[in-house]
Amino acid sequence: MELTVLVFLPAAAAVAIGLLPSSRERWARYVALGASLATLALSLWLFARFDRNAEGFQFVVDERWIDVGAFDLRYALGVDGLSLALVVLTTVLTTAAVLVSFSIDHRERLYYACLMVLATSVLGVFTALDALLFFLFWELELAPMYLLIAIWGSGRREYSATKFVLYTIAGSAFMLLGILVLAFGAETFDIRALTALTEEPDTIVPLRWVFLFLLIGFAVKLPVVPLHTWLPDAHSDAPTAVSVMLAGVLLKMGGYGIIRFCMGMLPEQAHDYAVWLAALAVVSILYGAFVTLRQTDMKRLIAYSSVSHMGVVLLGVSALGTTGLLGASYQMLAHGLITGMLFVMVGLMYDRTHTREIARLGGLARQMPLIATGLVFAGMASLGLPALAGFIAEVTVFLGTFQRYEAAVLAAIFGVVLSAGYILWLLQRVVFGPVRHEWDALTDQRHWWEHAVTAGLAAAIILLGVYPSLLMDLMEPALAAIVERLPA
Amino acid sequence: MGVFLAAEPSVPATPEWLLWAVLVVPVVSFAAIALGVRKAPRLAGHLTQGAVLASFALSVVALLDVVAADGGVAIFRHEWFTAGPLSVELGVRLDGLSAVMLVVVTSVSFLVQVYSQGYMAGDPGYGRYYAYMSLFTAAMLGLVLADNLFMLFIFWELVGLASYLLIGFWFHRPSAAAAAKKAFITTRIGDLGLLAAMLLIWTRGGTFAIDEIHELALTGALSGTTITLFGLGIFAGAAGKSAQFPLHVWLPDAMEGPTPVSALIHAATMVAAGVYLVARFFPVFEVSTDARDVVAWLGAVTAIMAATIALVQTDLKRVLAYSTISQLGYMMLALGVLGYVAAVFHLFTHAFFKALLFLGSGSVNHATNTFDMRKMGGLRKAMPVTFWTFLVGSLALAGVFPFAGFWSKDEILRDAWHENRTLWAIGLGAAFLTAFYMFRAIFLTFFGEYRGGEPPAHGHDDDAHGHLIDPAHPHESPLVMTAPLVVLAVMSVVAGVFNMSGVTDGFGRIVSGALPEAEHHAASFEWGIALSSLGVAAAGILVAWAVYHRRVIASSTLRSAFLPIALVLEQKYFMDHLYEGLLVRRLFYGGVCRGFELFDRYVVDGAVNGTGSAVRWAGDRLRMIQTGEAQAYGAAIVGGVVVIVVSVLLANPS
Repeated sequence: MELTVLVFLPAAAAVAIGLLPSSRERWARYVALGASLATLALSLWLFARFDRNAEGFQFVVDERWIDVGAFDLRYALGVDGLSLALVVLTTVLTTAAVLVSFSIDHRERLYYACLMVLATSVLGVFTALDALLFFLFWELELAPMYLLIAIWGSGRREYSATKFVLYTIAGSAFMLLGILVLAFGAETFDIRALTALTEEPDTIVPLRWVFLFLLIGFAVKLPVVPLHTWLPDAHSDAPTAVSVMLAGVLLKMGGYGIIRFCMGMLPEQAHDYAVWLAALAVVSILYGAFVTLRQTDMKRLIAYSSVSHMGVVLLGVSALGTTGLLGASYQMLAHGLITGMLFVMVGLMYDRTHTREIARLGGLARQMPLIATGLVFAGMASLGLPALAGFIAEVTVFLGTFQRYEAAVLAAIFGVVLSAGYILWLLQRVVFGPVRHEWDALTDQRHWWEHAVTAGLAAAIILLGVYPSLLMDLMEPALAAIVERLPA
Repeated sequence: MGVFLAAEPSVPATPEWLLWAVLVVPVVSFAAIALGVRKAPRLAGHLTQGAVLASFALSVVALLDVVAADGGVAIFRHEWFTAGPLSVELGVRLDGLSAVMLVVVTSVSFLVQVYSQGYMAGDPGYGRYYAYMSLFTAAMLGLVLADNLFMLFIFWELVGLASYLLIGFWFHRPSAAAAAKKAFITTRIGDLGLLAAMLLIWTRGGTFAIDEIHELALTGALSGTTITLFGLGIFAGAAGKSAQFPLHVWLPDAMEGPTPVSALIHAATMVAAGVYLVARFFPVFEVSTDARDVVAWLGAVTAIMAATIALVQTDLKRVLAYSTISQLGYMMLALGVLGYVAAVFHLFTHAFFKALLFLGSGSVNHATNTFDMRKMGGLRKAMPVTFWTFLVGSLALAGVFPFAGFWSKDEILRDAWHENRTLWAIGLGAAFLTAFYMFRAIFLTFFGEYRGGEPPAHGHDDDAHGHLIDPAHPHESPLVMTAPLVVLAVMSVVAGVFNMSGVTDGFGRIVSGALPEAEHHAASFEWGIALSSLGVAAAGILVAWAVYHRRVIASSTLRSAFLPIALVLEQKYFMDHLYEGLLVRRLFYGGVCRGFELFDRYVVDGAVNGTGSAVRWAGDRLRMIQTGEAQAYGAAIVGGVVVIVVSVLLANPS
């Protein structure tokens, strides 16, 4: 029941917003804010009540939904430690996304309705316990995303929106194929059952293909090089809040899918292909970093850095151990907060300067000291500074993976230097350097919502950096259960 | 050599809370300033000074406890987090090495922060400055107290952050912003080694704890290769932080930061952290001859290379910067020839006299508005306190009896002599150069005629720190600046007494207690070594006097006589050109990264867009067959059914 409310509260808010009279555009933001705060509070309440010692899913809802012959499709929601952590990340970032949207001033009702539907779809993905329901939530995200980028975006927004949708659909076609083949073979769509199969299901195509289909679908989302080129376009042309949601939570759907489906349902195949995953991970980390270093647009730079950082997720997964998987999951949470904050800070700058061209900026620490401080902080977190969230995640991944793939990890830690390179280069060009008087008239961060978002995200990043047990202990049983089923 | 047989040392009586308090107090002051006190700059300054003074007092208590326990070790550790089999602890370790470092860090930090009140007066970023200073002190103390490699690494990176922020403190100067970035990235390249060492020791040894790593090295539980690789990784990290060849290039540029920062971070404490790190894992280097040789030789190369560059610098601060690199090389050299006590002792004495010299150069800058020695001269009379203290610092650095540097440098040369004569000769050569370049600086700065300083910039200038200075008429700095100079000068004279070879050895005993095999050999005094090092120091001073004071031979004549050498030195062996111009800009950025970018745009994304175009093209063609004629559709359906039936039959012949 709690989860049904959690997932559909934003959707209900979207309906409510739709019912607002057109003379009350401004109310939309407060409805959205109220709904996102309510889901945030609800998710924290679940977080507090979650039994960290129990195995399996909690707060489960399981209702008959569609009965098709032998297949009992169910409306089933539930969370384990991994999905609960991602749910909290989603509610936090949704609230942040609503707050940074307060600067949007046209077609607000449609805008906030889209944002709310997006929240429902992501929360649904993380809580669905039925594979088909999972897929529906997964696809539901596309419609609001298309509108959000195409209507409120900038640059080549229609091209980017279309590319995003087509690319994702192509990926999810593979995913759907994988899900269907697996579910028909195992004669169930229940994720709990699929992740607890005692013997390999008899499927019409070999399971290693199923693994590959699922992997392609999720790898597009994560993204994994070479399936990543939709991301820089979508990111850079999307409005700030959508970049926050995209980098912060949508990419994590890919990582979640790989862990839940590829690892959880196909342990033998995961084991067989792990070394390829490690190779792809290293390619993503280094390739992403090399290309990031060449970017001249702030948002594209952050977008490409995400490719590199999500490679760390894949690396941790490929280690097939609890430490690696915990590190990978922690990296998803850390990256969500950190990259979310990076996009917020860049968005605040863009709101004022109306440019994302690094070459046109400089010395903004003088005109916008608070925004500059926020960008420096988020940048430091992004390059893996200790006492901040990203460090714990990356080091845990490296420590969990080193035993299995020494060379891959050594190559990956080289990415750590490269990340310092592009982040510090960005800071040097944008925040530091000679003051440009053309920006003298601009104001610093000053609205309450701007303060709330930056302070809140910064606090969360510090919290995850100094108190890792808060989430490690939460997620460990869920991931250990997956590892238990992997061949040694 | 007399062998000192210690009674079994006992555990220092220091309570755990005291050690955590040493670390937490500056953290609190940092947080308070960051969260609001920065708007009251003077309060921020006092808060930082008060915090460091409190940490200093606690550190002294801890040191006395260690002395009372005759060099024993106290460890307190707590679980921080676990992730599967991974378990990470937070812990503090008090022993002779950490206690000495605590006192050095907090005392120099306190003096520098007092001094900064004068030097930074009127700077618009005064509050921010003290916030960073608090952050630095906290991070440095955490680094020293850490009882395991994981925690050490955390604070190791945080001092790097503080250093970055402080080098780039005057961030609107492009040179400062660039120097800050360069420092961070260069040290991070070394940190890769440290990170790799951490991964290696956890994977193969299953621990991060310092005492357990000592044990692993000494008992031979790990293979020799593993220990050597671990040692090399540790040294790579140390080489970045301590600016050892070939990662030394960031330190001279770091002089873009405010001078008190250079004194504290880039001379006395943070850059010595690399030496501390190698000393911390000394048993590893005892066991691994290969790792030790790398340390010794790179240290020696660094010592002599940096000393030669210092000869031709015209910027007073850069002379000191290269001197620091050279002295750090000396300490590494000492560690590489098993001179653990000598290295730590030199770290200890060097902290005082190098901080003194930097603060002295800042005092000169305060009066002349420049660091260019060509614009100084004759300041001896205008700035007597600065002059005399600077002279004391230079004598200590040059290794003149009985100043502090004499004793520590003598021990290093003695240890080198017994291990490897070539290394000893290099050390002696560096000692000569050190005496020469320091007295060159003294004669150029304080003797002769005053050459006018740098006129203050006109008009509205964002950078100028606000104090009113009149470079045309240099005057002594205020008391808040000269008092720390005097205290440091006193330390530069007397710090040697703690470990005078053949006379006292308390320092060595206490510091050796940090090692698991704590038998300490009290050093004996060797006249030959001492006299040779005194001889070269005297020679260096004499040559400097002849060239830069008596002008027996004009320095420009000297330069043209050795022109090729002078050019190489002035260009710092072309290493910046090699790294920044060739390796980073051309090969890496313009080559590798550009290649990947083009590949990404035209091949990977090209394939994506190409697929899109191909589908559209195919759609256009396929549209042709959608004729709308029922007969054609019917024919197609029949054909399709036939194909399916035939293929099913062929697939299932039964």
